[in-house]
Amino acid sequence: MVSRPAPAPVDGWTPRSAQPDPSGARPPDARIEAWLSAIPDPEIPAITLADLGVIRGWTWVGDVLHVSVTPTYSGCPATAAIELAVETALRDRGVPATVERVITPPWSTDWITPEGHAKLEAYGIAPPTDGVRCPRCHAARVHEVSRFGSTPCKAQWRCDACGEPFDRFKCHR
Amino acid sequence: MGAIALPDPLPAKAEFLLRMGDATLVLGHRISEWCGHAPALEEDVALANVALDLIGQTQLWLGYAAEETGAADADALAFRRDVWDFRNPLLVERPNGDFAHTILRSFLFDAWHLPRLDRLTGSADDRVAGIAAKAAKEVAYHLERSRGLVVALGDGTAESHDRMQAALDRLWPYAGELFETDATDAAMAEAGVADEPPALRPAWEATVLPALAAATLAPPEVVRFQAGGRTGRRHTEHLGPMLAQMQWLQRSYPDASAW
Repeated sequence: MVSRPAPAPVDGWTPRSAQPDPSGARPPDARIEAWLSAIPDPEIPAITLADLGVIRGWTWVGDVLHVSVTPTYSGCPATAAIELAVETALRDRGVPATVERVITPPWSTDWITPEGHAKLEAYGIAPPTDGVRCPRCHAARVHEVSRFGSTPCKAQWRCDACGEPFDRFKCHR
Repeated sequence: MGAIALPDPLPAKAEFLLRMGDATLVLGHRISEWCGHAPALEEDVALANVALDLIGQTQLWLGYAAEETGAADADALAFRRDVWDFRNPLLVERPNGDFAHTILRSFLFDAWHLPRLDRLTGSADDRVAGIAAKAAKEVAYHLERSRGLVVALGDGTAESHDRMQAALDRLWPYAGELFETDATDAAMAEAGVADEPPALRPAWEATVLPALAAATLAPPEVVRFQAGGRTGRRHTEHLGPMLAQMQWLQRSYPDASAW
């Protein structure tokens, strides 16, 4: 068996310590919540992982923070990047963390927060509501171009009023 | 690198999980072969997305199967088994053929897959129920799309109709295997893990027959259904070459762990 070689060094990058606070104090819950809810989605950085509803909970196991994350779609290639983003964000703040992937209950677009909806629309992606409107001109005269789009969670639509194509976050319930 | 050895005989639950995971793996790989070749960009993206869902579901099924068979992980089962150890129905290993053939194959499978998963959400095995609940939401979307395309192409131009009818004539004999049952299925039903496949036929027919009628397509008379993939008794000659393409990298460069 051939072992995996160490990654090549990256200029200007210094590995940060993953050691816990030497005083042994755990950061307060509110700070953990604030850190977790600020992590951007790696594929749609306009929204956070908390907005997306994929962070399902966390708990301390000894000095290690154990975070539960759920994938959006079972084959979403961003899943590993999301888990790494969570682990990295916490380790960068000196909190050793492990991430567990949970699939039950299955993720639903109903878990996307109202702030998430607003951020998606401002970013040019129609949020997963029952009625679809153009995220640019807000016209309701729109049509689906393709059932699928650039990521598993989106479909391609076009606005009949302004003529612009746009992504729509698919309703997944 | 050689194939892994599996317990012989396989425990019933391992066999059941391989049947679920191999069906999604083989169909997912077949559909992924369209990537970069589909008749329109939107279709290319759609096919790639469906393949991605199926491969994601495969990781869940085969991940569980690995624990039940003693294999290292889902990758070991996907890349280091030989053709006779696969447990997918013959339908999904059929080569893609033209777009009509690909879409009809997906439709016949999706119409089975969705009720299969819906029923599994009530499984006595919580992990099976969880995987099924996750996958069912994705597959409902697959079925909506494949059904819509079957109707649009069947009831479309003279050429699209003829191609769809030819695909149906070719694929219909492979549908019967989806509803076969054996000792493994009986054991799973007995344990409350999964209903026996014949129970899925009414739901499948309720989806397929009206869609074919709307598509102006008629199923052929079938004297004998083709079977043998699900039990591993006899795959078609098409699965081996597909696996050679799918597995060569992991076999040539052990588990692709070194670059």
